[in-house]
Amino acid sequence: MLRRWLLSLTSVALLMLMALPVMAADTIKIAYIDPLSGAFAGVGDAGLKHFQYNAELINAKGGVLGGTKLEIVPFDNKTSAQDSLIQLKNVIDQGIRIITQGNGSNVAGALIEAVNKHNERNPGDEIIYLNYAAVTPAFTNEQCSFWHFRFDAHVDMKIAAITDYIKEQKKVKKVYLINMDYVFGHSVSDASKAMLKEKRPDIQIVGDTFTPMGKVKDFSPYVAQIKASGADTIITGNWGADMSLLVKAAKDAGLKAQFHTFYGGGLGAPKAIGAAGIGILNHVTEWHINLNHEEKNKQDEEFFLGYQAKYSGGGEVPYYYGRIRTQMQMLAAAIDKAGSADAKAIALALEGMEHETPYGTVTMRAEDHQLIQPLYISVYAKAGTDKVKYDAENSGVGFSTVKRIEAAATAMPTTCKMARPSK
Amino acid sequence: MFEYLLFSLLNTLVLGMLFFMLSSGLTLIFSMMGVLNFAHASFYMLGAYFGYQISAVFGFGPALLLAPLAVGVLGALVERYGLRSVHKYGHVAELLFTVGLAFIIEEAVNLIWGRNAVTYPVPNFLDFSLFTLFTTSFSAYRAFMLLISVGIFAGVYLVLTRTRIGLIIQASLTHPQGVSALGHNVPAVFMLVFGGGSALAGLAGVIGGIFLITEPAMAATLGPIVFVVIVVGGMGSLTGALVASLLLAAIQTFAVGIDVSLGDIFARIGFQMSPGGLLKDLWRIKISHTGPILPYLFMVLMLMFRPKGLMGKRES
Repeated sequence: MLRRWLLSLTSVALLMLMALPVMAADTIKIAYIDPLSGAFAGVGDAGLKHFQYNAELINAKGGVLGGTKLEIVPFDNKTSAQDSLIQLKNVIDQGIRIITQGNGSNVAGALIEAVNKHNERNPGDEIIYLNYAAVTPAFTNEQCSFWHFRFDAHVDMKIAAITDYIKEQKKVKKVYLINMDYVFGHSVSDASKAMLKEKRPDIQIVGDTFTPMGKVKDFSPYVAQIKASGADTIITGNWGADMSLLVKAAKDAGLKAQFHTFYGGGLGAPKAIGAAGIGILNHVTEWHINLNHEEKNKQDEEFFLGYQAKYSGGGEVPYYYGRIRTQMQMLAAAIDKAGSADAKAIALALEGMEHETPYGTVTMRAEDHQLIQPLYISVYAKAGTDKVKYDAENSGVGFSTVKRIEAAATAMPTTCKMARPSK
Repeated sequence: MFEYLLFSLLNTLVLGMLFFMLSSGLTLIFSMMGVLNFAHASFYMLGAYFGYQISAVFGFGPALLLAPLAVGVLGALVERYGLRSVHKYGHVAELLFTVGLAFIIEEAVNLIWGRNAVTYPVPNFLDFSLFTLFTTSFSAYRAFMLLISVGIFAGVYLVLTRTRIGLIIQASLTHPQGVSALGHNVPAVFMLVFGGGSALAGLAGVIGGIFLITEPAMAATLGPIVFVVIVVGGMGSLTGALVASLLLAAIQTFAVGIDVSLGDIFARIGFQMSPGGLLKDLWRIKISHTGPILPYLFMVLMLMFRPKGLMGKRES
């Protein structure tokens, strides 16, 4: 009796195993590997919603390959490289061959290596890795991989945009660099020093400080240092609490300097900083919530409002990653162009692909798989006025564009020597 | 230079007094009940969120009064119905209880107010710069924080040293059995102290939540430093907590301004450290980078050479 039971159970299990790949073929799955618990869960959760929203929009228009739907499958990596590799095994076991990740260059570096290794050992069963936010320049330079595509501008490109803007500002005389003490902060500092020297040799760099990550409570002593140095401009790659606390302390001390940041405009910063940032806090992004209003782009406004209504929790966590739309649309276009969801075919289709976004043409550069896109520098401004329609995170503060940097001007030379698989 | 020194001193006072408000309650609770209350910083966080919520509806004034009160009542309830029932299983059970409580409060805050920071701005009537000296200004809000915390110190000090209830609390700190034998209700005193300590943490939260950031991670970032304060200051000593708070704030504030590395110091006294070798990173580290870890180093040294702290009364 028992034996027969076991036998039938096994056969059912076998049948289910056989049925799985068939079911998987119904949708094209994209594994989203990012923090969904722990300190950065808020950030990871917001990213997931961006992907789900964009997948829905593509599916509503008929999906890809004439009717196949896209599906986002979340995997929690707790912002840890080890957990990400375990999750990657899960992803592979579940038969998913498209992955995306963004938070933390340490995670991205581990994933690139793991994907390379898998693809070397499993020809014909490759994985493609779409990176939407890890910005260490090495990933599209010395560490570049055929299987990795980056849709965010990397550190050097963003610093190039900021220094392009500073180049025109004749009143900028003294620049202070303050960054978090890890590989990302150091690359911001190095790039800033190199590019300022080249573009404005007359500018004096009066400070180059590194602060321990997430350990500083009161930034007043640092602000006192900045004041004592006489700086009129500050460049920082700080994010999270380190970003907000710095700006708050600066406001308290009456520091009249311009802040140029990467992450001052999203993921909790507007809420924490609020009006303290008006007129002084700039950030460089490919998109911001007031762009549709400034450019009178109805289609983008609809896109933005659609997200606000469904996913933003009443505007608390608004749409932020303009590049996720670009990434999803380019992925869909690449699948259609390749005629299959095979990783290698998608990668070949993505190489060199041009794409029309609401704000200009972007190109996935073939030589290093870095997306070249226009960037915007925008500054905190009071929302609800003629110029600034929408506010971020219900903070009463929105953004006003200061400068648009054309795609070509952000393109940096690459040292990438990519090993390509034979076609 | 004078400008820098003066404002660093003022910032030291502001940060130090915030530390003090947090640690005064904890040090009393610890010395009285022997419980290292891991949830203390969570009460601080609750104070910030209550303050945020109440000031969004009724304004900052009522928040300053109601939020600490609410946190205090919550603290008293936790003592009465939680801690007291696990008390019979010993200190380890109590410790675990507070650790669990800290997690529960953090998750509850996550559920109610979300994982991101909330907008908790400086109230309008305090949003101006009080004075500007040379080029640096000192905001009215910082002065207000200083005023409140000095007031609290004075108040708590007077209550503990000049009133009957203070007398009983002081006695229960060292001789709980004796106080009980004299007919005082020691468990009620415990509840009062726990509630009062939580209320102080709540008050620190209401004003600290504006000064720093009101977010679910705020308890975890400030929690460890509070333990350092009570270890360095000495368990149960209010004056010790005050001195330690100011000392630690001064270390953090002034270390930032010292832009020399260990290698530089050795070079000055005649030892040239080789730039290579196993220890090369050690010589490269600047004092200004180490500011935030110095308090912990200080704590370790204190535990090694003077375990009862600066002004502690008990060795254990």
